[in-house]
Amino acid sequence: MSHQKSFQYADLLSVLERVVDIMSAPDQYSYPSVFIYGHRATGKSHVVLSIMKDLELPHASVDCVECVSSGLLFHQVLSAFFGPDAAALLPRCPSLSDFVRLYKQMSSNSPATQTRYIILDRAERMRDMDFSLLPALLRLQELVNDNVTVILLSEIVWEKFRPNTGCFEPLLFHFPDYSKGKSLVQILSWDHHPSYTPELYASYINILLGVFFSVCRDLRELRHLAVLNFSKFCEPLEKGEAKESDIHKLWKNIEPHLQRAMQTVYLREVSSVQWEQQQMDEKEATTLRVLSAHAHIELPYYSKFLLIAAYLASFNPARTDRRFFLKSHGKIRKTNFLKKHEKTSNHLLGPKPFPLDRLMAIFYSVVDSRVAPTASVFSQISSLVTLQLLSQVGHDDQLDSPKYKCSVSLDFILAISRCVCVCVRLLDLLALSLVIQSQVVRQERSLFTAVSNLHLL
Amino acid sequence: MGNCSNEHRGTSFSASAASLSNPLICSSINTFFFLDKYIFSQKSCDGKNIGTYSTASLLALSIIDLCETFYCHLGVNVPDHAMTFRSLCNLLQDSVTPFVVSVHAKECAGVYFCISTLTIRIIGLLQKSTQVFPQRTESLTNSDFPQSLPVVVIFKDFEAFNSQVLQDFILICSRYTQELPFIFIFGIATSPSAIQHRLPHSVSSLLCIEVFHSLSCTQHLASVFDKLILNSQFPFKLSSRVIQVLVGIFLYHDFSVQNFVKGLQFSMLEHFKSQPLSMLCCQKQEALLSAKTLSKKNVERIRHLPSFMRYVETQEPQEQVRLLTNDEHVKEVCQKLLKNLHKYHKNYYPILQCLHSLTSSLPKFPLGKHIRELHVSCIEKNLWETEEYDSALQLLRILAKDELVAALRKCAEILKSTKILQNVLQQLEDFIGRLEALEEDSSGNGIISGKMEYQKTDLFQLQKTLLEKESRRTKRMNPFEVLRSQVIEFIDSLVREYLTPAELQPLNEVCYYSSSGVLRQRLNVTPRTSIQAALSHPFYYLQNESLKTDAGTISSAAPDLCIVYKLHLECGRLINLYDWLEAFLTVMSAAEDQDTNSEDARFIQAVSEMEFLGFIKSTKQKTDHVARLTWGGC
Repeated sequence: MSHQKSFQYADLLSVLERVVDIMSAPDQYSYPSVFIYGHRATGKSHVVLSIMKDLELPHASVDCVECVSSGLLFHQVLSAFFGPDAAALLPRCPSLSDFVRLYKQMSSNSPATQTRYIILDRAERMRDMDFSLLPALLRLQELVNDNVTVILLSEIVWEKFRPNTGCFEPLLFHFPDYSKGKSLVQILSWDHHPSYTPELYASYINILLGVFFSVCRDLRELRHLAVLNFSKFCEPLEKGEAKESDIHKLWKNIEPHLQRAMQTVYLREVSSVQWEQQQMDEKEATTLRVLSAHAHIELPYYSKFLLIAAYLASFNPARTDRRFFLKSHGKIRKTNFLKKHEKTSNHLLGPKPFPLDRLMAIFYSVVDSRVAPTASVFSQISSLVTLQLLSQVGHDDQLDSPKYKCSVSLDFILAISRCVCVCVRLLDLLALSLVIQSQVVRQERSLFTAVSNLHLL
Repeated sequence: MGNCSNEHRGTSFSASAASLSNPLICSSINTFFFLDKYIFSQKSCDGKNIGTYSTASLLALSIIDLCETFYCHLGVNVPDHAMTFRSLCNLLQDSVTPFVVSVHAKECAGVYFCISTLTIRIIGLLQKSTQVFPQRTESLTNSDFPQSLPVVVIFKDFEAFNSQVLQDFILICSRYTQELPFIFIFGIATSPSAIQHRLPHSVSSLLCIEVFHSLSCTQHLASVFDKLILNSQFPFKLSSRVIQVLVGIFLYHDFSVQNFVKGLQFSMLEHFKSQPLSMLCCQKQEALLSAKTLSKKNVERIRHLPSFMRYVETQEPQEQVRLLTNDEHVKEVCQKLLKNLHKYHKNYYPILQCLHSLTSSLPKFPLGKHIRELHVSCIEKNLWETEEYDSALQLLRILAKDELVAALRKCAEILKSTKILQNVLQQLEDFIGRLEALEEDSSGNGIISGKMEYQKTDLFQLQKTLLEKESRRTKRMNPFEVLRSQVIEFIDSLVREYLTPAELQPLNEVCYYSSSGVLRQRLNVTPRTSIQAALSHPFYYLQNESLKTDAGTISSAAPDLCIVYKLHLECGRLINLYDWLEAFLTVMSAAEDQDTNSEDARFIQAVSEMEFLGFIKSTKQKTDHVARLTWGGC
């Protein structure tokens, strides 16, 4: 722990000097508010908290995700500074002025000998809370007349925080990202394996970064991956097939393995334990199983048709239904069949809402057998909504002709229609021809006749 | 809605079904049903926990705080999931940790609600186990909570959760994971990629995920079928149509094994309620005993059974007279027939399984992929008269030797496990032995056929020699082919002997429930048709003699709503309210003296009820008109 910290200090030396500068005179009034930002895993909270711990400063650390109401924030701050008894004095739904009043009262009883720090992690959540909370916290020192500093930690720049009405400007610090070449390799090399030389581990880290750096710069994630894959890297060494100097050989061995790890472990499709087991087996079958499970979805027969009907309703204009789904549609003139704005690809425009009646009408014409409008058919629609394959437009309470949208992709629908029947496949193609708009109307015409022939059959 | 009502109906029946004569079915339904799932969940929890703990501690060293997470990937059927999770929850509480909490998406509209339900439940569990009373969330995390035990949170319906709520919840939990280990179990109905759709990488990287797949619904159905329907121990049977209705509901509508079992319970209840002779539908000894003491009424009922009448027709004339006049004789015959029926069932299922194991490996599955399809076609009609059976036998006739031997061995295994039909087993083993003894001879044959005389031939001669060869081959089969055709003959004879349709067995009505129409009406309800039936034929539901009318006429005795409904069927898209009222008054005037004032009021009330039912709505297109919302009828 300690060596790591010292390293981070070195890395962020300029920033840290200033931070520590602020905290170096605890008996004097400090700057009222400090804002620290930097990307994930750049060590913001770690640095601040370890300074607090090392210098034994009084502090209250609050994660803003937890504070669903500002009352919880006040409660945590008060109980950290003055003990749970003080926090219990807060009224049931405390306002900001309650907090300030109570804080004043408490601090007059036990005035601060050192600067007190309130550390607010994930401060971007504060923007969703009461609009007056953030400006007030920024000048809390003035309000409560106590030696207190508020430190805000965030992944977002200060400009996004500034309220319309203006506020007290906090002291800004930026924690820079780790650069690939120097700092990441160095940091990751800190936890090298005792039985191997640091040089070997460093070269391993270089290979790892070569694969993962393009998708992931999160230090924690990278460390996790490094630990996970190191045993695989060392395998040739243990078997005696390669020496530590054969970097190229080792690289050849580990590279495809890392690529596979990027597809599965990084996406959290399998856990690290399962991944290790797969490494043991080293069988392609297991990875195949995982991948096939990825695409597969099991639906009852009519649910599939309902989903197809929903897709067709969502991506075809309602005017064309008569033509597509009726056996004897009237002759419609080719030229003005599609209005100009409808010729733009419906896929680019996204799914459109459709009423339940239209969905059911298309459903009945798409299913080849006669279906009774049973209660279970309707309950399948609501279960599709629960699975988020359909989404209900408007409010849930709307009982009278609710509207839905289809929220699955074309590939998904194609996969489903492939397993139900051929006729649907054709219908689907037809929808495609309309959707993708690459085909001219004449080609569509031939498809329509093919479909209507099928219907007649 | 359909699910809900079904479920309600089902529970009330399962309670009453237990009090009926068949406790066997109920108990077995409850016990076997989760056997597979138990095994699955055993694997998911016990086996993995040790492993994941070790990695969790490893990861804790490298700062990453991971909440362990299990996905349970289940198919889409909501009623089954509730049961799976309940059993999983109980299992975890018994074996891993007492702190198992399951939350529902409906309870978690916001993070606050999510955490408060969780906390309330954990406090409840804590009070139960250690009698500690923490007051608030934070004091709970700091209190003397048993350190080593993790808190398991089960998210029953992962898809339905608001993703923002879930993200916040996971972030909060990850902060406390050092003091209080969390394990999440997500129930996912669609595909594991759902987690990437719901959670951003910053959140999902906090989790250490393992995926478990439950068995597919069809596999569950197959096991239910094996244990309940393809089992000679249960006296209660379903006819082919009923099976088709139940399986149809399963495959087309809900994929829910639980609903299937409820359908089974319901049909059992219907059977015992509607068929008085179902008193004979019990274990063999009891059935024989109650057959001895049949009442006069029941004997008469037996005589009226179609299958019994068919049986009588096949007998000698004097025997026929005795059967129709002598009650005691009927009772004796009845006992004999019941014995036959039980024996038929005992032999039927092993042979069915044998036939299935033989044909299930054939290409294109001529007799169906699943044993249930084979069963349905067997009890429906004479299997050996169907085309599918012929093509299956054709395919069996061209099996290679090792395949045939393997298939026969499987059959022998099945017969061995049942311990009946020992003579059939004997014959089968005999065949297997002879097939294996052929080993040496057949190799000799191959050499002879391999020897070819090469001569210079013209096309005609070549054709002739080829034809000759063809005819010679058909004439002279090698010993294996002879034996193979014997085996096929033997199988065919078995099928003809044992797989006769159940509907031809005398007294099958005692055990077989066959009214599929009732079942479909009850289980697969169509709300709209029943409303229309109620409105156009009020007698159907009210069962009042005065309501019986001929088709097309409107009786004034019917409820006002029915009269108004029938009158509105004659109108077009827009209905003139005044004309409607006049027509209503005309119908009412057919009845005795009534004051017109109240009739106006009744008409208005009926019209507003029609609007409430969704048949009409008010319109602004024309004054004094309402618009029809349904099609047809004019």
